[in-house]
Amino acid sequence: MKLPRWFHMLGSPPHVYALAGRVSPWIGALGCTLIVVGVGWGLGFAPTDYVQSEVYRIIYIHPQTAYVSMQAYVLLAVAAGIGFIWRIKLAHAVAVSAAPIGASFTFCALVTGSIWGAPTWGTFWEWGDPRIMFELLLLFLFLGYMALRAAFDDRDKADRVSAILGVVGVVNVPIIHYSVIWWTTLHQGPSITGLDDPSIDSSMLWPFLLMMFGFMFFFFWLLLERLRAEIVVREQGARWLTDLMAGGKT
Amino acid sequence: MDLFATVLKRDLKLAFRRWSELANPLLFFLVVTAIFPLALPPSAPELEVLGTGILWVAALLSSLLGLDGLFRNDADDGSLEQLLLSPAPFSIVVLAKVVAHWISSAVPLVGLVPVVALSFYLPGDALGVLVVALLLATPTISILVALGAALTVSLKNAASVIGLLILPLCAPLLIFGTRATDFAAHGESAVGPLYLLAALAMLAISLGPIAIAAAVRVGLE
Amino acid sequence: MNQPAGVLEARDVDVWRGERCLVRGLSFALHAGQMALVVGPNGAGKTSLLRLLAGLAPCVAGRITWNSVAVLDVPPEGRGEIVYRGHLDALKKDLTVEENIAFCAALRRQPHGFDGLLAALGLRELKDRQVRFLSAGQRRRTGLACMRVAAARLWLLDEPLTNLDSAGRDTVRGWLEEHLRSGGLAVVATHEPGELARPGTILVEL
Repeated sequence: MKLPRWFHMLGSPPHVYALAGRVSPWIGALGCTLIVVGVGWGLGFAPTDYVQSEVYRIIYIHPQTAYVSMQAYVLLAVAAGIGFIWRIKLAHAVAVSAAPIGASFTFCALVTGSIWGAPTWGTFWEWGDPRIMFELLLLFLFLGYMALRAAFDDRDKADRVSAILGVVGVVNVPIIHYSVIWWTTLHQGPSITGLDDPSIDSSMLWPFLLMMFGFMFFFFWLLLERLRAEIVVREQGARWLTDLMAGGKT
Repeated sequence: MDLFATVLKRDLKLAFRRWSELANPLLFFLVVTAIFPLALPPSAPELEVLGTGILWVAALLSSLLGLDGLFRNDADDGSLEQLLLSPAPFSIVVLAKVVAHWISSAVPLVGLVPVVALSFYLPGDALGVLVVALLLATPTISILVALGAALTVSLKNAASVIGLLILPLCAPLLIFGTRATDFAAHGESAVGPLYLLAALAMLAISLGPIAIAAAVRVGLE
Repeated sequence: MNQPAGVLEARDVDVWRGERCLVRGLSFALHAGQMALVVGPNGAGKTSLLRLLAGLAPCVAGRITWNSVAVLDVPPEGRGEIVYRGHLDALKKDLTVEENIAFCAALRRQPHGFDGLLAALGLRELKDRQVRFLSAGQRRRTGLACMRVAAARLWLLDEPLTNLDSAGRDTVRGWLEEHLRSGGLAVVATHEPGELARPGTILVEL
């Protein structure tokens, strides 16, 4: 089977470096615009929720961070798996770049979740909530991945060993997710009723979706910027990079 | 499969020749369960509620102790390379090592837990379910612990990182194991969580050795 | 068993250790009855090369084949033809000499009879002693016995003469002689090529 040319170019660091450099500002601008519009709409114009009043407005931030954090872990595992199977170093670079960003989003999801929890549940932290437990375990998965990488001196070995952990982790993520839900439903009903209600009014849905896509593009912007930095670190001393730096362009 | 038996026999022989290393995790389990009540008010009700959780967490932690015997010792004296080059699929060899580790470390623990469980006021009827749950959960724990050992086989100081890698992955086992025990203690049917534990064990035994073998192979490069 | 010719071939192989490239573009071919001596100063990459040949590490560049199959792709059944002994003796300290050798034989699906071998290495009196109580030279002898019971066609040996007295060295030389005469192949990393070289030996200098 003959692979198209663009596929091979995705494995070449100079090409990806240049491509990421061209695409990244647009994605960043798009993400930031969506977030600014979404924040303005969600906080300023969307109607007030009649159960949770103004507090509900964190719905425009919190679920998005949680969603992106999961997406980041899946992306990490897929990239690491591709890198492991086809021995593509750039795929490992993507996985490495995704880890700290994903961990940060997971952390933000936990923080925004507890900010939401304080007025609605009356506590910052509720051990019995499945979503909190899941995000916490996800954070540990990210941190474990990063700690394992940090323990190795040899980058190639770190790439391949941590890739195995990433793939095993992603197999476990749904198991952890459902086991945690099962665990809590034995004790109590769902903690928040408002969020599980699918019939969200369109005046609230639009800013919600805007923020969702805004955060996703924001994530990819960060990812591309990190990837560029990672490529520079990994390609130290490579001819194309020295030439590029000498040319004064980054 | 003949090599599976060969490696299994060798690892068991080695394990029982170093019986002190076998005993340490068991003693650790006893000590942890013994100091827990000291951290609680000296009355029975709390222990009755917390007992199951303490037992399972202590068992999980003690299973993290004995993992040097899995790959580290073999890697240090060069025999892991010989196993890697043996004329058998390496995941079969790995499975034999994990089974040996399970027999030598988990099975004695399963024998010990019910005794401690009685002291935590677990009703006698629930002991059977506890043992079955442990027998179903410990293979998965052994696989995960072996994965942690394999991922860190080329690291000098791995103990600190293995817990971070493995314990989050053990969360479902802890949930199903403790629920099964609690159901049984309250006279309810524990079949559901036991089936789930069995399903996880099947998943771990079928896919785990492949991941472990890959990790050891990369680690030894 | 119908044995194929037995050819070990390295083409344009780069030898890396960690993130450093030690040797570039190494090529040689070894045929049945031939021995290659890998020589070079400390840190030249002798051990790394042997590990590549054994299939313990992947080739970053170039290709190593055993009977025209890449060594990393040799199926498990075919791996019995290759034996590798590194600078570690690969012995379990808690097992006796005999148990160690018996395990190596079983791992290679070889029969359990090696009294002659023990006698030739002067290990007969030690066979029930745990390896932890052996001297370095006795351990090396036990390790060599483990190599011998594998009955492989291709021997990959890393410094087999280390810690051996002159009688032990004579035994190893005798084994190599006999192995090559019967159509075997050997790649030996050594600091003492003079001790082992014989007519027809390839010298791989790193």
